[in-house]
Amino acid sequence: MYFLSALKELGSYTLLMWRVFSRPDRWRMTLKQIPVEIDKLVINSLGIVVIISIFIGAILTIQTKLNTNDPLLPRYSTGLVTRDTLLLEFSSTILCLILAGKVGSNVASEIGTMRITEQIDALEIMGVNSANYLILPKIIAFVLMIPCLVIISMGVGLVGGYMVGMFSDVITVNDYIYGIQYYFIPFYIVYSLVKSLVFAFIIVSVASFYGYYAHGGALDVGKASTKAVVNSSILILLFNIVITNFMLT
Amino acid sequence: MIEIKNVKKSFDGNTVLKGISAVFEAGKANLIIGQSGSGKTVLMKCIIGLHRIDNGEIRYDGRNLPDMRFKEMKLLRREVGMLFQGSALFDSQTVLENVCYPLRMFSNMTEKEIAQRAKFCLGRVNLEPKAYELFPSEISGGMQKRAAIARAIALNPRYLFCDEPNSGLDPFTALVIDRLIKEITEEYNITTIVNTHDMNSVMEIGDSIIFIRQGEKEWEGNRHQILHSNNQYLNDFVFASNLFKKVKEKYSK
Repeated sequence: MYFLSALKELGSYTLLMWRVFSRPDRWRMTLKQIPVEIDKLVINSLGIVVIISIFIGAILTIQTKLNTNDPLLPRYSTGLVTRDTLLLEFSSTILCLILAGKVGSNVASEIGTMRITEQIDALEIMGVNSANYLILPKIIAFVLMIPCLVIISMGVGLVGGYMVGMFSDVITVNDYIYGIQYYFIPFYIVYSLVKSLVFAFIIVSVASFYGYYAHGGALDVGKASTKAVVNSSILILLFNIVITNFMLT
Repeated sequence: MIEIKNVKKSFDGNTVLKGISAVFEAGKANLIIGQSGSGKTVLMKCIIGLHRIDNGEIRYDGRNLPDMRFKEMKLLRREVGMLFQGSALFDSQTVLENVCYPLRMFSNMTEKEIAQRAKFCLGRVNLEPKAYELFPSEISGGMQKRAAIARAIALNPRYLFCDEPNSGLDPFTALVIDRLIKEITEEYNITTIVNTHDMNSVMEIGDSIIFIRQGEKEWEGNRHQILHSNNQYLNDFVFASNLFKKVKEKYSK
């Protein structure tokens, strides 16, 4: 029963995406929406990305140092572990899980509210492909800009670790700087960015799907929003394994 | 003119419309009335094409909606304006932008022409210019309805649908909206279908009325005939209040 329901949802999702990626009625209108969506979904997320990244960078440095306090391990290992953790997992996967909550709920509730207040019906009656008009600019905006958020998160996270070196005696700044430069593999950034592109698509498309098919009242929009966050988080974790297996092994 | 023949619709085995036929003429306010749950909203959604009918015909000046391909239906919808129960104005846009939206989407007008046309439509529904730059949440329900009418007529529709246009409005504002719908219908020779259970609307603008009961057309006529009808279900529905009972008694004498 659960399998059938999941299959039905997958079918509806695919049909919705088919409509989303059809040719817009007016490209001019779609392109005009993209900067608006960038502001709403990306610029508005910048604050939380910076705050979380800086603290996680700092915590990672402290935890790594405290838990690897072995004289056999080189002193630069703390910086190295912090860098690789940030590059490989935090700034792509964990950041996208956080954004699934922030951006996903925002998108689902916005589209869900438009559905229950008949704004989507109004678009349909005008002859507008509502799925395309509402969802495509969001997907383009978020997928286009997620690499920026990821790179900002990486940089700010590393600064967080640096600040631990500056303001505490857990690690010296020199060891940290040496560690984050030691055996740097540029492909890790590519890997992280590729993951983030896939995750960004999942976040916006899944949230849009649940919002678009919301029905009822405010309570149902809340439920749709919750479903969007939970399911996109699960899909992010699932695709994380698939992409990692594909790109790093 | 819109003509519907033997329209049937059911949801999960529950038959909501049991074969309704009617003709909605151009230049007239055609009302669909009935109790809550009688099927009038479903009928309207079927006529517009938001619900696919199980059986029957819905002809827009001869063009049968159920036979239309997706592209044909999209083109037809550009000839349709709709006033929703809750106005359905776009929250993120000002009143003026809401009216400009269909023009930007479907016309080849310049921005200047679009603004002129939108202001003309807003003026036609007597909305004050100071409301143009406000967002829907910043204006009253009556003003929202007027803005929604302005948006609905922006592209000069041939068909106008109004789903309970008076819900949530005070009697005076409701009357203003009713008269506006009737004026626009006559002025532009639009085929207007109004879904309502407001008896003031029925008496004010009901050029042609169909009464739906349990998914079937129970009665058909106009606002003058309704006063002399002997249909028990219609009378129970229309003359439910003491005020309308007295009106009926007066006219029956």
